[in-house]
Amino acid sequence: MSGIIAFLTAPEFIAYATLVGVVFMALQISAAVMVYAERKVSAFMQQRNGPNRVGPRGLLQPIADIVKLFFKEELRPKAADAFLFSLAPIISVTTAFLAFAPVPFGAPTTFFGLLDEPMALMIADVNVAVLVIFAVASMGVYGIVLAGWASNSKYSLLGGLRSSAQMISYELAYGMSLATVVMMADTMSLREIVGQQSGYWLGVIPKWYIFPQFLGFFVFACAGIAETNRAPFDFPEAEQELVAGYHTEYSSMRFAMFFMAEYINMVTVSAVAVNLFLGGWHGPFIPPGYGWIWFLIKLAFLLFCYLWLRWTLPRFRYDQLMSFGWKVLLPLATVNLLLTAAGILYVNGL
Amino acid sequence: MPIGHYLVLSGLLFCIGAAGVFLRRNLITMLLSVEIMLNAVNLTFVAFGRQLGSVDGQIITFFVMTVAAAEAAVGLALVIALFRSRESLNPEAFTSLKW
Amino acid sequence: MASDALLFYAFAAAAVIGALLVVTQRNPVYSVLALIASFFGLSGLYVLLEAPFVAVIQIIIYAGAIMVLFLFVVMLLNVPREDAAEWDRSHPLYRPGAVRAVAVLAILMALQLGWALSRTPGMSTGVAEDRAAASSVADLGVKLFSGAGANGPGYMFAFEVTSILIIIAMVGAVVIARKRED
Repeated sequence: MSGIIAFLTAPEFIAYATLVGVVFMALQISAAVMVYAERKVSAFMQQRNGPNRVGPRGLLQPIADIVKLFFKEELRPKAADAFLFSLAPIISVTTAFLAFAPVPFGAPTTFFGLLDEPMALMIADVNVAVLVIFAVASMGVYGIVLAGWASNSKYSLLGGLRSSAQMISYELAYGMSLATVVMMADTMSLREIVGQQSGYWLGVIPKWYIFPQFLGFFVFACAGIAETNRAPFDFPEAEQELVAGYHTEYSSMRFAMFFMAEYINMVTVSAVAVNLFLGGWHGPFIPPGYGWIWFLIKLAFLLFCYLWLRWTLPRFRYDQLMSFGWKVLLPLATVNLLLTAAGILYVNGL
Repeated sequence: MPIGHYLVLSGLLFCIGAAGVFLRRNLITMLLSVEIMLNAVNLTFVAFGRQLGSVDGQIITFFVMTVAAAEAAVGLALVIALFRSRESLNPEAFTSLKW
Repeated sequence: MASDALLFYAFAAAAVIGALLVVTQRNPVYSVLALIASFFGLSGLYVLLEAPFVAVIQIIIYAGAIMVLFLFVVMLLNVPREDAAEWDRSHPLYRPGAVRAVAVLAILMALQLGWALSRTPGMSTGVAEDRAAASSVADLGVKLFSGAGANGPGYMFAFEVTSILIIIAMVGAVVIARKRED
């Protein structure tokens, strides 16, 4: 018994538990912030005001949304598959949270000297982290597909089918763009990949992988947007064609879970992109101990790009989506992989 | 864990898969049962590889997975083609060559 | 060690129960989901066997790609539920003749397995006791892409053949599943 208490009160355990709690809450809050940001950015781009009634400048709008979603009636179509209908949003939101676990977001810290050993700012330090994220992301499609099937509605089913086809098509390019970075870094641990991006080339250019891997970053960004079902790849929920796609029949908290999953997935993909291509928490001017500030800045920039793209580009046609994935993105990723391999062989010697 | 445990587990999974292939009359479930059998074999490979301290067991697993992927792709294409011609997934519906 | 055993039994139970559900469910969608659960159990076992790469690949390829394909086809054909014929509303597993045959087969298999295991030496030694794990991804890659040499057979040739297999399967799938225009 005393062993358990000693374990529970050890500074390492408390620090770790706090870290997990903070990340969990931060992801939830990020979803709320993203909803607000999305509405404000879209309003700005369309020369509107956006939400401005609840609180100063509409800042309390996300809270109002949450309250509304909490107290709305939970509807389920009579012909729906009850078990899978409730399971689908749970899968979606679980995979969204899970995917963030192996993502590092700051330099190892001792929390101002509270710990003896510095602790890495990440939930789980996995040595195949890149693959784990890929695997968890590929699980996320089940939430959408099952929601589409379990709702027993034509629009939902079409959304689910589109989602599964889109996911399979873009996962290939996604995986290949990950592989190029893994090849350059010679490791699959995100912590080590970030570690290799510290320092500068020629004293000015930061050693971020986006510079040698610009093609890789482009492929990763396209595939990442497609994987998170955001415009211009938002076919599973294309509202002009499918009402709301896979979540047509959902309301209240179940709908909120899908909604949250979408935004958390955006955060995760952006965080992975920051770690793989933009040097993670490394950056000039800010001391390494506060690297997480750089991380947040880069993350916010990528998230803004997400919104920017959504409100700038129109949606593809479905056949355009497929031919873009298979005929442009995949060959591009393959060529990039071969070029990278050749470059590494040239630099390191045969 | 003793290697015997892994082998028994693998045998159990293989038997379940075999039973599925023999007993079920739905082409998709039969294909799924084949996947169970392939995975049971994978487990033995990895367990033996671990016991012998070599990576060969894991490498064989990759080949098995590749074959499984190819099998699933072709198998499901066949299922779609068959379903188009008979509107059924019951293997007993496809007996037009039988007298 | 005790926690290892606990994990083994938990994952093994997940794998077996998942597999049983695959075979006993009437609805193919549930079968696919049960198989995914089973794969997660197996993936956990691979982690216990210190093969994390295989564990993750299992999730990515099997659960993430192959099973999505299955689910896609099940949804596309939209044939939930019945796989029994019109005249037969009993559970698909209940067919007297088949049940008898499979029961005999299962007993035979169990007997053979028990006999083989009882006569094999070293069955009760732990899997991970005497040898270091060879599980780093780099080791795997080197072995996979090396030709036959001093340290055993290489797998490069087999690997290249596999890629041809995949292409053939892809072409075959497209040709078979395409709608005939006649």
